Amino acid sequence: MAAQPFIQLDGVRKVYRSRGEEFLAVSDVTMAVAEGELVSLVGPSGCGKTTVLKILAGLHPHDGGEVRIGNAETAFDAGRDVGMVFQQSLLLKWRRIIDNVLLPAEILGLPRKASRERARELLAMVGLAGEEDKYPYELSGGMQQRAAIARSLVHDPKVILMDEPFGALDALTREKMNLELLRIWSEAKKTIVFVTHSIQEAVFLGTRCAVLTAGPARMADTFDIALPYPRQLDIKTQEAFGEYTRRIYRQLDMG
Amino acid sequence: MEELAEKARGYGLIILAHLAVILSWHLFVVWGEVPSYVMPTPAATVVTLASPDYHWLDNTLVTAGEIFGGYALGVLFGVSLALIFSWVRILNAVFFPLFVSLNMIPKVALGPLFIVWFSYGLGSNIIIAFSICFFPILLTTARGLTEIEPDLIDLVRSLRASRWQIFTKIQLPGALPYVFSGMKVGAILAVAGAVVGEFIASDKGLGYLMIQVQSTLDTAAMFMAVILLSLVGISLYLLVTGLERICVVKDARLG
Ligand SMILES: Nc1ncnc2c1ncn2[C@@H]1O[C@H](COP(=O)(O)OP(=O)(O)O)[C@@H](O)[C@H]1O
Ligand SMILES: [Mg+2]
Repeated sequence: MAAQPFIQLDGVRKVYRSRGEEFLAVSDVTMAVAEGELVSLVGPSGCGKTTVLKILAGLHPHDGGEVRIGNAETAFDAGRDVGMVFQQSLLLKWRRIIDNVLLPAEILGLPRKASRERARELLAMVGLAGEEDKYPYELSGGMQQRAAIARSLVHDPKVILMDEPFGALDALTREKMNLELLRIWSEAKKTIVFVTHSIQEAVFLGTRCAVLTAGPARMADTFDIALPYPRQLDIKTQEAFGEYTRRIYRQLDMG
Repeated sequence: MEELAEKARGYGLIILAHLAVILSWHLFVVWGEVPSYVMPTPAATVVTLASPDYHWLDNTLVTAGEIFGGYALGVLFGVSLALIFSWVRILNAVFFPLFVSLNMIPKVALGPLFIVWFSYGLGSNIIIAFSICFFPILLTTARGLTEIEPDLIDLVRSLRASRWQIFTKIQLPGALPYVFSGMKVGAILAVAGAVVGEFIASDKGLGYLMIQVQSTLDTAAMFMAVILLSLVGISLYLLVTGLERICVVKDARLG
């Protein structure tokens, strides 16, 4: 790990307040992510993973602890340096794929021609060359998610936040997208925080894995995953892979 | 090529179904020996067009004018108010529930009142048509403007999108299918509104003509008036669906 982490969460706490009631969603999350890392954030449904991601995206204020993004070498601009991918592709039905990918660039007012060029390159990178002028409904769920990934990269952000991006896909497509994501990550060289409730997916993808307990989220464990990249699906049969997944199951009181 | 053939078959079936209805109507009258003051044959109905006393063209134009006038006002005010409500929260909080209640009033029952207020004629019939088609357009447009994926809002807010950007890039195009859905419902209601106005009090229009020929038992003319009214309604409806086809991508269209 680099000397200074790029993302640092320290004892982060989050309380939701609605209609006079308080709800502690995240009680104590501490983690550090180095630049260029792909960290999986795994935990049971409803434990507060999305909440942590939204705090990182600057969408929710936190109520305690500290959140720092950026370090001495690399500055971080909260409005420009975050790309997001959700479980639903959230592509705009009325826009062609290329124009969907361009949405962040439009919002940030980036130069049109260069952005369009970049969007084309990104679509090629995620395997959607030739699909630029189609509408979202003409693409399969997996292809829509590829487009959503291209969209998250178009403004060249430093951090990509992914919230169960493959959770709505069928098992086979999901595995394929895992491989694709690793390839895209190695090409785009981004820092990625990948939220999932799939233990297998967390271990397969991450350079490191942070395990959250059932809500209100507390950091249960965080460890490096020393499986070499490029990873192929057959690593799932290796003993080391099994060790990592068992470690997470144990943390979640399931093993 | 195949698509074209399918389309042709579709239209062919539509025409066939209509012809079948007209034929059954004819046979019903002829075989059932139905007296012509109860139900004329299709041919007898069309023949009434030759009768100059009925001023078909003038009466149709008057009614069509009322329908289009009331409808245009309904679309203009319905859509504008919905837009204003989406921008000015306090107005929305105060007036929206009020409009929901007003929508419950059977608008045609207000007809006699409008005629007292605005005297009979074109103006009050336009207002009746307006009042009946305005509400569904307002309510569905308002709904479309609020129906946005919360995650999508988060996505653009993470890029610090302005309220105006969210409005123009997401809210407005997202609401368009709803606008058209409201407009289609409104088109049918506007026709009913104008005719009811003419029934109550008027000296021109197809509704007026129907009341006139009712006393002379010229049922064929009444049938013809209903057919012309339907044609005016169908033209309006086709205009709206044509516009929808141009403005709204296939997948986003609502029923
Ligand atoms: N805006 C909100 N207001 C109140 N409670 C919320 C809000 N968002 C999430 N929660 C609650 O916080 C908890 C954690 O939610 P979330 O972060 O979405 O979990 P996860 O993504 O791990 O499934 C849940 O119990 C959820 O009901
Ligand atoms: Mg979640």
